[in-house]
Amino acid sequence: MPSDATDTSKFNNWYRRNEIAITPWLFLIPAVLFFATYVIVPIGQSFWISFHMWDGLGEKTFVGMGNYERLLGLGDQKMDRKFETSFWNNIKWLVLYLLAIPLGLFIALFLNQTVAGIRLYKSLFFFPFVISQVVVGLVFSWFYLPNDGLFDVLMSWFGIDIRGGVLGNPKTATYGIIAAGLWPQTAYCMILYLTGLNSVDPEQVEAGRLDGAKGFRMLWYVILPQLRPATFIAFVVTIIGALRSFDFIAVMTNGGPFGSTRVLSFFMFEESLSEFGFRMGYGAAIAVVLFFIMLGFIAYFLYQMWHDEQESR
Amino acid sequence: MFQKFIKLTTAFALSTGVAVPAYAELSGTLRITSDMSNPAPRAVMEKMASDFDAMHPNLNVELTVIDREGWKTQIRNSLSANAPDVVNWYAATRMKPYVDAGLFMDISDLWNEPEMAALASTKGAMTLDGKQWGVPYTYYQWGVYYRQDIFGKMGLSEPKNWSEELSNCQALLDAGVKCYSIGTKYLWTAGGWFDYINSRTNGYDFHIELATGQVAWTDERVRAAFANWRQLIDMGAFIDDHQTYSWQEALPFMIDGKAAAYLMGNFAVAPLRAGGLSDDQLDFYQFPVINPNVDYAEDAPTDTFHIASGAQNVEAAKAFLLYVTSPDVQTEINSGDALGQLPVNAKASVSDDKFIQQGFDMLSNNAGGGIMQFFDRDFPAEMASVGMEGLQEFMVFPDNLDDILERLEDARQRIYN
Amino acid sequence: MFPTPIQNRSRANQISYQALLPIALILWLLPLLAVMVFSIKPDGDFAKGNYWGLPSSFEFFNNYGRVFFASDMPQYLLNSLFITVPTVIGAVALSSMTGFALGVYKFRGNLLIFFMFIAGNFVPFQILMVPVRDLTVNLNLYDTKLGLILFHIAFQTGFCTLFMRNFIRALPYSLIEAARVEGVAEWKIFLYIVLPLMKPAIAALSVLIFTFIWNDYFWAIVLTQGPDTQPVTAGITAFNSQYRAAYHMMSAGSIVAAIPPVFMFFLMQKHFIAGLTLGAVK
Repeated sequence: MPSDATDTSKFNNWYRRNEIAITPWLFLIPAVLFFATYVIVPIGQSFWISFHMWDGLGEKTFVGMGNYERLLGLGDQKMDRKFETSFWNNIKWLVLYLLAIPLGLFIALFLNQTVAGIRLYKSLFFFPFVISQVVVGLVFSWFYLPNDGLFDVLMSWFGIDIRGGVLGNPKTATYGIIAAGLWPQTAYCMILYLTGLNSVDPEQVEAGRLDGAKGFRMLWYVILPQLRPATFIAFVVTIIGALRSFDFIAVMTNGGPFGSTRVLSFFMFEESLSEFGFRMGYGAAIAVVLFFIMLGFIAYFLYQMWHDEQESR
Repeated sequence: MFQKFIKLTTAFALSTGVAVPAYAELSGTLRITSDMSNPAPRAVMEKMASDFDAMHPNLNVELTVIDREGWKTQIRNSLSANAPDVVNWYAATRMKPYVDAGLFMDISDLWNEPEMAALASTKGAMTLDGKQWGVPYTYYQWGVYYRQDIFGKMGLSEPKNWSEELSNCQALLDAGVKCYSIGTKYLWTAGGWFDYINSRTNGYDFHIELATGQVAWTDERVRAAFANWRQLIDMGAFIDDHQTYSWQEALPFMIDGKAAAYLMGNFAVAPLRAGGLSDDQLDFYQFPVINPNVDYAEDAPTDTFHIASGAQNVEAAKAFLLYVTSPDVQTEINSGDALGQLPVNAKASVSDDKFIQQGFDMLSNNAGGGIMQFFDRDFPAEMASVGMEGLQEFMVFPDNLDDILERLEDARQRIYN
Repeated sequence: MFPTPIQNRSRANQISYQALLPIALILWLLPLLAVMVFSIKPDGDFAKGNYWGLPSSFEFFNNYGRVFFASDMPQYLLNSLFITVPTVIGAVALSSMTGFALGVYKFRGNLLIFFMFIAGNFVPFQILMVPVRDLTVNLNLYDTKLGLILFHIAFQTGFCTLFMRNFIRALPYSLIEAARVEGVAEWKIFLYIVLPLMKPAIAALSVLIFTFIWNDYFWAIVLTQGPDTQPVTAGITAFNSQYRAAYHMMSAGSIVAAIPPVFMFFLMQKHFIAGLTLGAVK
């Protein structure tokens, strides 16, 4: 029938003319829908829940800024002590975790030789990143056992005795956990730098050698500038890893001793989903605070990436 | 037609709780989710499920066993979506979140059954707002398990009052043995100590008033309890670095003779025996009197079964609860090589094990003050959590007491408003 | 090359370097070696306090046997497999499409959507925890592998899109133009021209996502319970039977749990490293 044919061919023409405009959207929609449902919308929902009191079982009760007042010590409330500890622990994590970057660089430089079997060494050095953080946490907690742990044994050779073992002493526990986290993180940075070193311009290195640059000066003035992309990625993943560190705390100390290793990500889980945690609204408020902290970094990263995008256009 | 009449009558009878012989026509599926994941209790649960299944040919019993620790957080999800018919949980205030959210079924009518009269002593622990929300199936005593042989070697005997307790402890310390092993990594063991110190100092009623938020943590009587506890701490009675050990990891100290005693529930006996202690080396005594003006109160935590309010097969669920609490089943499941604990049914017989007999005797005859369910079951969830952290901290840093009590008091005012 | 190639240094330096390498490696992997030693020790060693000495008996078959035959570990491993593989397939498929869309086409909102994916991937998990758990419960997918799979696919799409889009941008655009000139439909261009060129990226991404999902712990304990559905990361801690911390069993279990990603890593090393470092080099 003529009209049908015209209709379908009209559609076909329209499609063909607009194909290039439509196709990207067709390709994007499934993923965007998934992402929106599981990531974007939940962020909004968490914000919403944070304004309520909710035990996760029954009805929600609206409390406005009540959770935030208690958490941050606004109004006439004192800042929640657990929040204070968590916040400062997060700062410690952020700062100390960055050690993975120079450590990774150091190991990468150490391994950047072409001797027999170096490929095997590089793979084996990378090992810690491939295993689960749960396993890493368990291994290090045995390492730190008081009296029986290898760490304690080694310390006793130097005459140092940590009361309660590293993980049982509130002064040292967080540092012990951060050290455990540095192990896989350093491996990751190492690989980033190894790859980066592979693409360092040999001519520049030669030119530098001819100029008499050696060792540290060569590193600082010739090599590191060329490693900037690697350093940027290392920085990004290390920051994100530091703020996400849940697995280690959960497996190694459960927030103890005396809550001294608590971080925001763990605190939130405790308040919402743990054995005695029926305070979903409060937990959501903690998550929102953590989100805003991350947001600062995310904005910075996006800005850098956008900047790079503009440059490469 | 007549068959239908019988079926209808039976169904009517079951649903109104009229006593019906156990071989009545239950049908469909009964879904049970249990937290009895340790080897011996697991065998008990599986046998109960299969026995009940065999008794009712038209009924299919589906049992899922979840890890005991995991269940403490997973129960809320299990009850909210696609709930099973029967679940395990704990008694007293620990039931409250689920009762308040309407996730447990009110089974007061079941408690009116004649068979349930034999469980009268446990009814209180299952009651909130004047209604009953589950049935108990076992309970166990708490007390001091000690190395009889070490005591014997040093000429010590079971202490009956606080001064005997302190002098025993001093003697042990002088001989290089710690008085008490304890592992507070997961906090609740410190709660047990507080239950006893507080109830022995100030009495059961005061302890429950504290649990229900009617007394301030900064009250003088609370301080008095902590002061008594501090005497032991200052002497060095507890093993070092206990905050790094789980309660199981603290057992070797007692097995190796480095500590002489352990305040714990009866479930500690099995691993102690497995660790090599014989019944000649291991004995039990009731926590000594501190204040002679208050009566003995004991911790006797009760484990329970509940019916989910979203249950599909309510008749079978109720029949199962009656089955579990019946005298024969109670005797069987609480016997020495099964759960090794105390039956809740007064008509059941108590196992012949030395510790269970002592526990039974103590709880039946010598606990006039009252039965506590344990710190993390008598105190509401958030108070328990904050409280136990404070207790652990006190045990290691007793000088922080003022700060701790203030914190707990702040929490109390917020939680119980 | 930097640092100075060791061949250009004195023989003494060369020898010391070659000697230093294995020592450094052992020190670096010491924790892992410790776990391996733990896993062949008998329980009695730990009860006696013999943690770091030689095992008093060789319990390899005993411990690993119990892991495989007397525990839920095989079930946990299967769960991990059934969760990880579909996630990898789903995430890679979806992100190939989004990478294609964002990398090849210019349109308004391109950069915005791209940044949304990146930002979404960087957010802390915890802000998603409660709503995602509720969503999963409401969809009746709580404590199912499918529930976990759907979440992982959605979340990993962020990182994968970043990856794929950058990769596709580096492909020669001329191929696509030539195809368009010949009148090939866009989706055919995707399927027959671009996708084959993306094989290295797909391989790299698959290995990476496999590792991330296999090693995930947080979402496993939020969205699943019990040996029927939980992956192996949650299963390891289940070895802590209520009466003892069973170090030897947990070690053996940990080693078993770690093997698949390690295996994948050694098999597909080049891809793995390419995946992690894409974007680290211009």
